[in-house]
Amino acid sequence: MSTPESLRYAATHEWARKDDDGTVVVGITDFAQDQLGDVVFVELPEVGRKVVKGDTLAVIESVKTASDIYAPVSGEVVAVNDALDAKPETINESPYEDGWLFAIAPSNEAEYDELLDAQGYAATLDEG
Amino acid sequence: MLRTPLYLKHAELGARLVEFAGYEMPLHYQGGINEEHLAVRTGAGVFDVSHMAEVRVAGPDATAFLAYATLNDPARLKVGRGQYSMLPNDSGGVIDDLFVYREGEDEYLIVANAANRHAVVSHLEGLAAGRDVAVSDETDDWALIAVQGPSAAILLDRLVAPDLTEVKRNATVLAQVSGVPVTLSRTGYTGEDGFEVFVRPTDAEAVWDVIVAAGAVPCGLGARDTLRLEAGYPLYGHELTEATNPLCTDFAWVVKDKPFYVREAMWGRDCPRRLVGIRMVDRAIPRQGYRVLDRDRNAVGEVSSGTLSPLTRESIGFAWVDAAHVEPGTRLWVEVRGRPMAAVVVKPPFHEA
Repeated sequence: MSTPESLRYAATHEWARKDDDGTVVVGITDFAQDQLGDVVFVELPEVGRKVVKGDTLAVIESVKTASDIYAPVSGEVVAVNDALDAKPETINESPYEDGWLFAIAPSNEAEYDELLDAQGYAATLDEG
Repeated sequence: MLRTPLYLKHAELGARLVEFAGYEMPLHYQGGINEEHLAVRTGAGVFDVSHMAEVRVAGPDATAFLAYATLNDPARLKVGRGQYSMLPNDSGGVIDDLFVYREGEDEYLIVANAANRHAVVSHLEGLAAGRDVAVSDETDDWALIAVQGPSAAILLDRLVAPDLTEVKRNATVLAQVSGVPVTLSRTGYTGEDGFEVFVRPTDAEAVWDVIVAAGAVPCGLGARDTLRLEAGYPLYGHELTEATNPLCTDFAWVVKDKPFYVREAMWGRDCPRRLVGIRMVDRAIPRQGYRVLDRDRNAVGEVSSGTLSPLTRESIGFAWVDAAHVEPGTRLWVEVRGRPMAAVVVKPPFHEA
């Protein structure tokens, strides 16, 4: 299971990446896509939506089950990955790159730093 | 968790293992459910179904006993043939669905769902009291491997001496695979041609290896479910339960007009709800427990199974629905995460069988 060092993580299996312009891009981890199995549908939030950290922002549905995806930081949704509509399996194939879900303009910079680092997240998997 | 004789094979192949009916079973292998489903529809897949229960019923009274205890009629079976059947409970519902193989004039092997093994055995033992028939749980004496798909018969035919193309659907033949005795029955749960291979647990790995080497793609429980649903087959615990009357489904043909255990609780009853197939019109997956609504948002039913077909990419399922809404073509809505999603009643199978 890959857990890139450069990203931050939530215990609920979202990864977060702060881009140069400050936006926080979010997706699900390799572990999560493996658990879900083949992704078939993704429900993404509306651009413009205001979110509080912990809000359910997306739903990923696989053949087996549907899984809620939570906002790792508070702010406003500024982009969603519409390409997933036609090719939801991108989440399985490229969970950290092409399979990104949405991007948030954060309202509270500290929340990103509070997220787990790669070791911290990997440790939660061992306990699982 | 329990393990079947083929557990090491699943581990070697890197299967995603899950708990199922107390067994540690492969949900899928590295290719994933979609790939496995397509392999069965286009070629041949191989499944470990050794978790299923086997029960031998034998004795001079065996046929009459099973004619009474089950809904189908074993008296109609020639030796060497099998039939799909169900075990009625005392309230017009079903304890399990099963396959009944007639191995001799007075000898039957029943294959039941793993989750219902003990319920089936103790129910049959109870009914057999005072009758000239012996009921014995042989679950641990058998491994069971299913080979399914349009190429399954040709694949297996090359591995055995008898001409498998001559074997009729639901018929059984004894053979050997690599010198190991097996019983092959032309049965399955996928809607494709195929065979189920009964083998002794100590020989299971060797037979599995030969079948995989011959080209069958290992398939797990995930594909087993998508395949059976697409083919229109019920799954106990979903479409059939202790509270469902099979006469209110398209499987009513199983229930024969003859005396059977507490028949009066089942026969001639009204069907306020019936089991139907549904296909989603809006993009969503129906799942067990989701409410089914009419156009006025009244609850008129409940989904019993649902999935996305890897083959047709349609979301399909079964639902128990009020009698007024069961005609094919009827528009219904499935409540998915609080939102009504449009669906239509269809008659399975869901694919071009």
